[in-house]
Amino acid sequence: MDLDPQGLFRDDSDSEDEFRLDRDPTKEMVVYLIDASPSMFDLVGSDEDKRSQTHFHVAISSISQSLRTQIIGSSYDEVAVCFFNTKEKKNLQDLNGVFVFNVDEREFLDRPTAKLIKEFSCIEEAFLSNIGSRYGIIPGSRENSLYNALWVAQALLRKGSAKYVTKRILIFTNVDDPFGNITGATKTDMIRTTMQRAQDAQELGISIELLPLSRPDEIFNVSHFYADLIGLEGDELAQFLPSAVERLEDMKDQLTKRIFKKRIVRTIRFSIAKGITIEVNTYALIRPTSPGSVMWLNSVTNLPLKTERSFICADTGTLVREQPKRFHQYKNEIIKFSADELSDVKKVSDSHLCLLGFKPLDLLKDYHNLRPSTFVFPTDEEIFGSTRIFIALHKSMLQLKRFAVAFYGGSTNPRLVALVAQDEITSSSGQVEPPGMHMIYLPFSDDVRHVMQLHMTVDADVPHATDDQIKKASVLLKRMDLKDFSVCQFANPALQRHYGILQALALGEDEMPEIKDETLPDEEGMARPAVMNALEDFKIAVYGENHDLEEEASSKKGSGADVSKKRKAMAEAALESANHDWADLADSGKLKDLTVVDLKNYLAAHNLPVTGKKEVLISRILTHLGR
Amino acid sequence: MARSKEALVLLLDVGPSMHSILPEVEKLCSMLVQKKLIFSKNHEVGVVLFGTEETNNELEKEVGGYEHVFVLRDIKVVDGDTVEVLHNLPRGTSPGDFMDAIVVGMDMLIKKFGQTNKGKQCLSLVTNAQYPIKDPSEGTKVDQVDMISSQMKAHGVKLDCILIRENPIGSAEQSVINENELLLNQFSKKAISKIVHVDSPLALLGALRTRSISPVTVFRGDLELGSTMKIKVWVYKKTSEEKFPTLKKYSDKAPPSDKFATHEVKVDYEYKSVEDPDKVVPPEQRIKGYRYGPQVVPISSAEWEAVQFKPDKGIKLLGFTDSCNIMRHYYMRDVYIFIPEPGNRKAIAAVSAIARAMKELNKVAILRCVWRQGQGSVVVGVLTPNISCTDNIPDSFYFNVLPFAEDVREFQFPSFSKFPAAWLPNALQQEAADSFVRRLDLAPSGREEMLKPDFTPNPVLERFYHFLDLKSKQPDADVPPLDRTLKRITEPDSDLLSESKPVIDNFHSYFELKENPKRKKLSRLAWKEKPSSSNNENGADGGASDIQRNLIQDSSVKVEKIGDLNPIQDFETMMARRDNPKWVAEAIQGMRVYINDLLEKSSKGETYPEAIKCLAALRKGCILEQEPKEFNQFLFHLYHKCKSPHLLEFLKLLSSKNITLITKTEAADSDVTEEEAKNFPLKSEPSS
Repeated sequence: MDLDPQGLFRDDSDSEDEFRLDRDPTKEMVVYLIDASPSMFDLVGSDEDKRSQTHFHVAISSISQSLRTQIIGSSYDEVAVCFFNTKEKKNLQDLNGVFVFNVDEREFLDRPTAKLIKEFSCIEEAFLSNIGSRYGIIPGSRENSLYNALWVAQALLRKGSAKYVTKRILIFTNVDDPFGNITGATKTDMIRTTMQRAQDAQELGISIELLPLSRPDEIFNVSHFYADLIGLEGDELAQFLPSAVERLEDMKDQLTKRIFKKRIVRTIRFSIAKGITIEVNTYALIRPTSPGSVMWLNSVTNLPLKTERSFICADTGTLVREQPKRFHQYKNEIIKFSADELSDVKKVSDSHLCLLGFKPLDLLKDYHNLRPSTFVFPTDEEIFGSTRIFIALHKSMLQLKRFAVAFYGGSTNPRLVALVAQDEITSSSGQVEPPGMHMIYLPFSDDVRHVMQLHMTVDADVPHATDDQIKKASVLLKRMDLKDFSVCQFANPALQRHYGILQALALGEDEMPEIKDETLPDEEGMARPAVMNALEDFKIAVYGENHDLEEEASSKKGSGADVSKKRKAMAEAALESANHDWADLADSGKLKDLTVVDLKNYLAAHNLPVTGKKEVLISRILTHLGR
Repeated sequence: MARSKEALVLLLDVGPSMHSILPEVEKLCSMLVQKKLIFSKNHEVGVVLFGTEETNNELEKEVGGYEHVFVLRDIKVVDGDTVEVLHNLPRGTSPGDFMDAIVVGMDMLIKKFGQTNKGKQCLSLVTNAQYPIKDPSEGTKVDQVDMISSQMKAHGVKLDCILIRENPIGSAEQSVINENELLLNQFSKKAISKIVHVDSPLALLGALRTRSISPVTVFRGDLELGSTMKIKVWVYKKTSEEKFPTLKKYSDKAPPSDKFATHEVKVDYEYKSVEDPDKVVPPEQRIKGYRYGPQVVPISSAEWEAVQFKPDKGIKLLGFTDSCNIMRHYYMRDVYIFIPEPGNRKAIAAVSAIARAMKELNKVAILRCVWRQGQGSVVVGVLTPNISCTDNIPDSFYFNVLPFAEDVREFQFPSFSKFPAAWLPNALQQEAADSFVRRLDLAPSGREEMLKPDFTPNPVLERFYHFLDLKSKQPDADVPPLDRTLKRITEPDSDLLSESKPVIDNFHSYFELKENPKRKKLSRLAWKEKPSSSNNENGADGGASDIQRNLIQDSSVKVEKIGDLNPIQDFETMMARRDNPKWVAEAIQGMRVYINDLLEKSSKGETYPEAIKCLAALRKGCILEQEPKEFNQFLFHLYHKCKSPHLLEFLKLLSSKNITLITKTEAADSDVTEEEAKNFPLKSEPSS
């Protein structure tokens, strides 16, 4: 397996152990229960601008969208798709009115596959003829399709322990009163049994959720029946409908993103001072996402390949079996190192994380960074009292506006780190920033480059901006302000494109999906007159009135000089190349005896490109000579 | 190439006031030359000492004066000797005059290179500038500096000064140091010069860039503020991790007589299909597959190329925002620096205006960058101002990459306030923590900041190169302990600790830490790097491991017990002992106990393979010594034991490895038939 061979997304500083954390046993199992009763096929939304569509279509497309996201995000989750109120039946219990949709090579409840998504997305066309729709609950019959559906779903979710797996049933329907058609004792009886069934499922750790589809003229009334089924009470009842609508929209517009389960990267000992060592957990909150694992396949059979690596002695060509020693050349000698010696060299500290002291926050410069930070949170798991000390230091650091400098002595890459305390930030939607410390990896002097010195000149006077220029810039800054900018508001266009292509190819879609590049500047906003004026003012302030004209002139001048230089070079080359009888050389195959400079002279004289290796040059000359 | 031919003259003050810090100067300079030996073999280095007792320089011979300046080494291509010479600098006796040294160094460079090699010559001065320099024969000292610096400029010579400010001794007057500093600063008026102040040995080690890397631009072009306004900028890396050097793999296959052997190891990759492991698939017949759910979707690189995301090269401004919107921990990787196009006055002014406005308003800019055409991804990042404090350096920006939405994992953590009260500090504890944080100050006012990243060398690299040099002289050298000076990076500063001892003790007294008794065992395993093998769980084995230790030293020692390190070998040795027949019985008994222990200890079957190996050895030994009954009984014993469910796995392993009863054919004393052995453990019961 080769993760991201192009290296586009790779951050070489990422230690490999952090990358391996992708797979996780905790997963989710979902059964989608979709009402297929005739009312789901009624056209709704006859607004002028919106094409009318059926609720059935809405349900199918949301589920299909959600599956597409899921297959990339957390493809180990399992799903089943199940219709109720159908003419046909297909389920293990052989119950009427319930149809479990599935494709080959897949169990009823299983990981989503490309085929499932593909066939499910176009199920609508042939649904009525193949599976059919009809009300399952009708007077005179003792059938209860909703009851059957819940039964089937519950049976599907029987596998997997509720401890490690989250189990959910999602019901899509627009019938708010499924037992409205019948009356009397049959009705109460049916309601009672259905409720009982739902309750049983809930007791088994299965949560039942409802995604109601309301008609514009008739609001879905939860209190008819479903409120009791899913256990809504009091205030929840009033808020249920709007939140359900939101959830349905969320299903469609979710960002395709690999989901990572929260887990500890390492548990480390943090030595504060002599005799005081606490324990903390580290987490990777921010890491560049790679597009997922890549494996090599045999292009003929499309079967996976196994990579075998062998070490071969460069001198003798024999196979080196044992773990070879390493060497470094120094003073023209070969200096050998054993693996143990190397690991000893790297081990400069006995402790994991060792506090060295504190500094004011403004000494943490913007260029003191090398790779993504790691989040540190205390734990009392093994050392009682760790959390208390951590919180005390955390508070002090926040209050005194200081960060801690510590030595992080891992075995692979020991570094100085800055520990920056972060207070908890919450918003209405929950926690925005968790409380804890962020470990920022500091550069050593070897890692900092002094670029400015390179361009340090003595006599060139270096203008610093005048107050007027700064004022104009300030106006510009205020005009071009991104109000509520949040760090991660952009999706990575390259990654989204990657997922899009993958989906298109896997599902055999004809068109490549268009991915919106959110990272492009807001052209419209930039074109607002206020912004344009501020920009123009600033430009004049720093560049002067006639900047564009000057630029043009200088570029013209530059190109003019270039042209004349080029012409001169060509003339010279022609002169030089005249020294050889090219046709003769070409015929006798003696072109290869000439130097590259000679060859280039010919090419330059004939205004041909002069790039490439010698063979390329020769073949270009031959082509030019018509041979 | 001319580019690689840099010349450096080290001007080292070895006068009496420098003696205390000379060991660090030696380390710094030898490391510098050592790195040049590895990374830039063509560089030339000369060494000039001043403050020496003797005098040795050409100027003294030619024109007189310039006493106590000693040219230790002429400008020559670096070699191992230079390292040696720098390791053992003589201690001088007279006050040094750095101005003389600079002139001597200049003279050496001019004589060697004349008008050539401009801009690649450098003087590195290391001094504490505690002695006054001589008054020039004519004009003032400042005039003299101006004269020298204009010479420097004319010849393209740079000056790097490292000014050490440690333990000023009583005799040195502050006024002298101040005057000297002023004079050194005067150099930067006319020539390219830089002064670095260090006040600790550690900072000195990090003060000189020991490996010169010529920086390469990541991008040259326009920073687009909008469609009409562009600023010409160059982008460089500001930080970039200097990795531990990749060492080549060594092959000893070449015959010792082969003088041209490279001793290198090539790595060869072969791709084999899973269904037919013998068939090698040529590299061009491979195709990349990406996971999509349980399936793998093959995509050829040509297909990929056609549809891939390919943004246009360019740097575009998205807008400005308050700096508090960008938290420090969102910085993703190494840092870039945006400088205005050198020599372009308009660009310099524009960058300066924006940088200063950003600083004033506390704003940052958000940019979208595509460094190269054809690059498959974009980066979004934050531009922060870097205001220059000297006149001849333009203002610039730092650029840090920010995460995309996909890169942020939204894990929830409990609020501290929701923790039980026992986990929260009380007022007194908080006070103790406050004073602790305040006291353990690495940047006290009036002193240089300690552990400044810019002056802190990487201890691992320092140690590696030191070890490399050591090994070149003595191939079997041990890894040297971490240098005392470098220890200040990995451990708290002892001075600071002793100064703040009361505060630390106070802090200590307020907080109580206790190991969780339930987790004790686990934790020990989890955080000890290497559980040492001598750490035996049951004391009974103590003796055995003692024997093991003896065994390693002297193989002729008689083995009397089965130890943990090499049980099979012990067993075989014991079985082979002929001095007393009891050893065979002892060995068998010992092995049985050992195997039993292994199975007892195992919780998840991790000891099973070892147990199987021992069992196989036991079986072999019993056949050799014709003791089938011993073995068969033991196997039955195991079999009964294994009936308990958690050992069932072991039983399966046993039959898969064909370890069964010893039959009559293998040992005459056995009464087990082949048939019985084959069916074991299915039905047989002990028949003896």
